[in-house]
Amino acid sequence: MSAEPTASSAKKTPLHDVHQDLGANLVDFAGYLMPLRYASETAEHQAVRTGAGLFDLSHMGEIFLDGPGAGAALDHALVGNLSPMAVGKARYTMICDPDGGVLDDLIVYRLAEATWMVVANAANAATVREALVERAAGFDAAVSDRSDDYALIALQGPRSQAILEGFTAAPLAGLKYYAILAAKVAGVDALVARTGYTGEDGFELFVDSADAVALWRELAEVEGVVPAGLSARDTLRLEAGMPLYGNELTAETSPFEAGLGRVVKLDKPADFVGKAALAAQAQTPVGRRLVGLVARGRRAPRKGYQVVTSDGTPCGVVTSGAPSPTLGRPIAMAYLDGGAGESGLAVDVRGRPEPVDVVDLPFYKRS
Amino acid sequence: MSVPEQLRYSEEHEWVAGLDPAGQVPEDGIVTVGITAHAAEALGEIVYLELHSNEGDAVEAGEPCGEVESTKSVSDLYAPVSGEITAINSAVVDEPKVINDDPYGEGWIFKVRISGEPGDLLDATDYNKLVEEG
Repeated sequence: MSAEPTASSAKKTPLHDVHQDLGANLVDFAGYLMPLRYASETAEHQAVRTGAGLFDLSHMGEIFLDGPGAGAALDHALVGNLSPMAVGKARYTMICDPDGGVLDDLIVYRLAEATWMVVANAANAATVREALVERAAGFDAAVSDRSDDYALIALQGPRSQAILEGFTAAPLAGLKYYAILAAKVAGVDALVARTGYTGEDGFELFVDSADAVALWRELAEVEGVVPAGLSARDTLRLEAGMPLYGNELTAETSPFEAGLGRVVKLDKPADFVGKAALAAQAQTPVGRRLVGLVARGRRAPRKGYQVVTSDGTPCGVVTSGAPSPTLGRPIAMAYLDGGAGESGLAVDVRGRPEPVDVVDLPFYKRS
Repeated sequence: MSVPEQLRYSEEHEWVAGLDPAGQVPEDGIVTVGITAHAAEALGEIVYLELHSNEGDAVEAGEPCGEVESTKSVSDLYAPVSGEITAINSAVVDEPKVINDDPYGEGWIFKVRISGEPGDLLDATDYNKLVEEG
C-alpha cells in the first residue's frame, strides 16, 4: 500500500469550514483544497443517482462579459454561435487555440441582454480569462473574472427539483435543462441554473461567497441530501460519458476527435479563433476517436493505460476509467487509433491484458 | 486515527497481528495481515481486492502479493513478511468494503506462516510517526 499525502498550500473555498466539520477528505485540486469524499464515495454516487447530492463547486471560474458587444465577442472567442441565444439560456461550448486544440470546455449563460457568464474549469480559469480579454479587445465588452465573488453549489439528483422548491418561489418546474434564472433561494440571492455534470437532473446555484455557508446548511439539512465530493462527481460524469478537461480534452485534442464536433459552429456568421484549423479537421477523416469501454473482469482500466489488440499491439490509450458503481463493472473512455478495430481489444492493466468491449457512450442514461 | 498498539506495521501500510511484544514469531508461526485504517482512508471505499496467490503459496516480504482497488485509485498490496499463506479471508474478497469498515478486525486479508525471522517491521509509535510525517 502507499498513501497519498494531503496538500496544504491550496486556496480554500467559502465552504472550507463546512467540509472540515463534515470530516471531508480534502485534496488539492487545481489549486483549491476540495472535498474528495465525505464518507463513502460509492454512497455519495448512489445518492445522486437515486435521491440528491450536494456539491461544492466553488473552484470553478466565473468570468463575465458585459457590454453591447459581449455576444459578438463570444462568437469570435469561442467555437459556438452564442449571440442568437435568448436571455436565460445556457450552452455547452469550447474555447480553442488557433490550431484548433481545446483550451477548455465551458458553459456560457446569458444572464441579460448584455451580460454573459462563462463558467470555466478551475485549472483553466486563468487561461480562459486571458484569452477572453485578448479576444474581446476589439469589441464593446468588458471582461471581468468574478471567480472569487461567487460560490457554486450544485444540487444533483432526481429529487433536486422537489427539494429546491422547498426553498424558493421560483418556477423551477418550468426551468428547462440548460436554462438559468435569478431567484431567492433560502433567502439568498442566487442564479439558479438547470445544469450539471452528473447525468442526472439537477441545479447549479451561483451565490455570493458570503452566502455560501448559509445556503449549504439549509440544503444539507434536508432529509436524504448527501454531501458529495469530487470522487463521486468523477464517476458520475464518467458514467454519463461526459468529457473531463485534462483527460478526454486537452490542447492536443480536437473537438472532432472527442466526438464533440457538433459544438463547433463552422457555419456561424462570425469568424472565430481556430476556425481555419477546425474547418480543415472537419474535412479530413478523424484520426483517433473517443470510445467507451466496459471491462469483462474486475480490474479497472485507468487514465494513461494502453489499449491493445489481441496480439498485444498498442492501439489506443485510456483517458478515464474506474469501477462503475451503477454498472458494477469497470468502465473507461479511451482514444482508439484511426485504423484500430473494435473487437478483441484489451487494456494493459499494470502488465496484464484485461479484455474490454467497445460500447456506445454514455454508459448510463437517466430514465 | 488511533493505531493499535499490539500490531506491527510495514512501511507500505500493512499491519501484522500475532507477533509477541518483542516482535518475535509465535509458536505456530502464523500471523494475520491486513491494511491500516490510514491506508484504507487514503484509498477510499474499496471495491475490489485481488490476491495474486492462493492458500499454500509462498509470499516474500516487500514483494507485491495483490491489489486493492477503490473507485478513485488502486494500490499494490505488499507482503509484510515472508512465508506461506495459510488462509485468505474470503469474506473481504466477496465484500472488500469490510476493510474500510473494520480494517484491524473483520477486514483482515490473509494469514501467513512465517518462514525465518519476521523482518523489519515498525511498532505502533514508529508507524504513527510515518503516517504523521506524510
